[in-house]
Amino acid sequence: MSAVTLQDIVKRFGTFTAVHRTTLEIPEGAFLTLLGPSGCGKTTNLRMIAGLLDPTEGEILIGGKRVNDVPIHKRNLGLVFQNYALFPHKTVAENVAFGLKYRDVPKADIPAKVQAALELVQLPNVGDRYPKELSGGQQQRIALARAIVIEPDVLLLDEPLSALDANLREDMRVELKRIQERIGVTTVFVTHDQSEALAMSDLIVVMSEGRVEQVGKPEEVYNTPASEFVANFLGASNIMAAKCTDHGAAVMLEEPTFGRVQVPAAKAPNLKGTGAAKLVVRAEKLLLARDPAPEGVVSVPATVETVDYQGQAVRYFVRAGETQLQAINLIDEHPFAAGDSVHLHLRPQDCAALPG
Amino acid sequence: MKGRRMSVEAREARQPWILLSPALGAVLFLLIIPLMFIVVYSFWLRSAMGADTVGFYLDNWQKALSDRFYREILLNTLKIAAITTVICGLMGYPAAYFIARSRGNKMTLLLLLMLPFWISYIIRTMSWINILGTSGALNTLLMTLGIINEPMQMLYNEATVILGLVHFLLPFMVLNVYVSLEGIDTNLEDAANSLGATRWEAFTQVTLPLSLPGLAAGGLLCFVLGAGTYITPVILGGPTDAMFANLVYEAIITQLNWPLGSALSLLLLAVLGVLVAIYNRYLGMAQLAKGLG
Repeated sequence: MSAVTLQDIVKRFGTFTAVHRTTLEIPEGAFLTLLGPSGCGKTTNLRMIAGLLDPTEGEILIGGKRVNDVPIHKRNLGLVFQNYALFPHKTVAENVAFGLKYRDVPKADIPAKVQAALELVQLPNVGDRYPKELSGGQQQRIALARAIVIEPDVLLLDEPLSALDANLREDMRVELKRIQERIGVTTVFVTHDQSEALAMSDLIVVMSEGRVEQVGKPEEVYNTPASEFVANFLGASNIMAAKCTDHGAAVMLEEPTFGRVQVPAAKAPNLKGTGAAKLVVRAEKLLLARDPAPEGVVSVPATVETVDYQGQAVRYFVRAGETQLQAINLIDEHPFAAGDSVHLHLRPQDCAALPG
Repeated sequence: MKGRRMSVEAREARQPWILLSPALGAVLFLLIIPLMFIVVYSFWLRSAMGADTVGFYLDNWQKALSDRFYREILLNTLKIAAITTVICGLMGYPAAYFIARSRGNKMTLLLLLMLPFWISYIIRTMSWINILGTSGALNTLLMTLGIINEPMQMLYNEATVILGLVHFLLPFMVLNVYVSLEGIDTNLEDAANSLGATRWEAFTQVTLPLSLPGLAAGGLLCFVLGAGTYITPVILGGPTDAMFANLVYEAIITQLNWPLGSALSLLLLAVLGVLVAIYNRYLGMAQLAKGLG
């Protein structure tokens, strides 16, 4: 059964439609990420589940019960904000205990529950301190402890890692996922960061301009994007106009730069029949090499135009004929230099196809 | 090298004082030095001949501190200021909350709040005579409606003094509370709601405690300005509604007793100074500066 269901949800602010008719099922215990650029409606959806916003149309079900008319304080949800939103005038322990006061928890049991929550977020000794005495990462852990100590039906995370430093963000990412798996709570996570989404989610919902573009497991949305938007938003992709000449067990695409490329049918689920199509080549799947490729791998000569060196990886902008392409390669030591003549290697099974 | 760096540091250290000097000069020559004169005056003695006797006499202070009449008026002044402050708090807080939480038209609302300051305080105070006077708007309305047959005497009592003071001081309260409410993250109330607190509980548990410094700053301003008021009781009060500042006026202008007037004004200053010191001890002047800015 779904823990949360959005049924034909529409949200308008005046004449602006923030969320177009959306239906979404969030399985029990899943870590689901709403991913998209700012303004795509992901936070609006989260706030409607939380009860901070009312949907203009449609129904929201939590645990199978319609909650449209249930006020936020009766929904039993854990909410974590980007800016932590800890109560600055209360100690850490008082912050964590806040939600327990409104539940049928015997007063004597509260300290033990608070301590258990603080231990879960690995900050057992800060109960007496005030939030402002803690670092950003610690504050966010406390905010998480405050949200999960009430044993919520759903945990809602609104860009909880965005305010943290890059290093801390990656640590917290692992930590958050560990805690979520441990307590098994259904989690809705909002982010604009594709790497967070790919690393943490069981399911990713990619959104754009108030519409759901694709729902799938991380490797599905990454490898088989359902739209040009998804292909571009998750990692860098080269998307080229092509023509589908054969649509059977494999899909044959003809593209001016790469010639004939045979894409597996599983990677062209939305392409119906022959005709105009688009060839999607991930930047990471386009390999630069000195020599032409062996049989079975598409190989095209090209010239390196720009080199963006990033240490263990490098991002190249190359020109093959009239087409400018992007490639991200892991490298051993020295990257190619601008002006080098190279061969682009591309395995057909790494390509995906979209309708034209 | 070293000498050069020293001179840069010295220049940087001097800069704030250069910027502050006009204001400091004004405070020194227009406030501190005149205040010193008043302190000196308060120990002189008024002689019957009209010329004051220079010296160090404690007579004025003895009179100011021991005279029951002065003490009663001082207590009454503090009482009126306290009532005014409480009413301003009760009326001002919801208004400030409304402005702080409204979307879009905040600036318009704040402008409306500031609008009365464009009209002289005296004019604003006198406007109540047109409203509450025997031939004022309210009496005329009630008589036209046939609710009363003769005009009611509503003016010139303690209640109208408080009314005038509330009218005068409410914007100070609203502004101070507004500033502190603006500084509170609205996510805090959302967080409290999500944890199970009703809107009222979230307000009393989170928003109200966090806005108390603003309420206290507004309260202090209202109280000090209210306790020092002179015009409101003159215009809206009756013969028995004199406040302490009126006594000072009476001593200095009517009786030409500058030494006694000086002692009385310093007494009021001292009482209010103690209150400000208590406020500062527990809440700090920084909050007041925030509210005024």
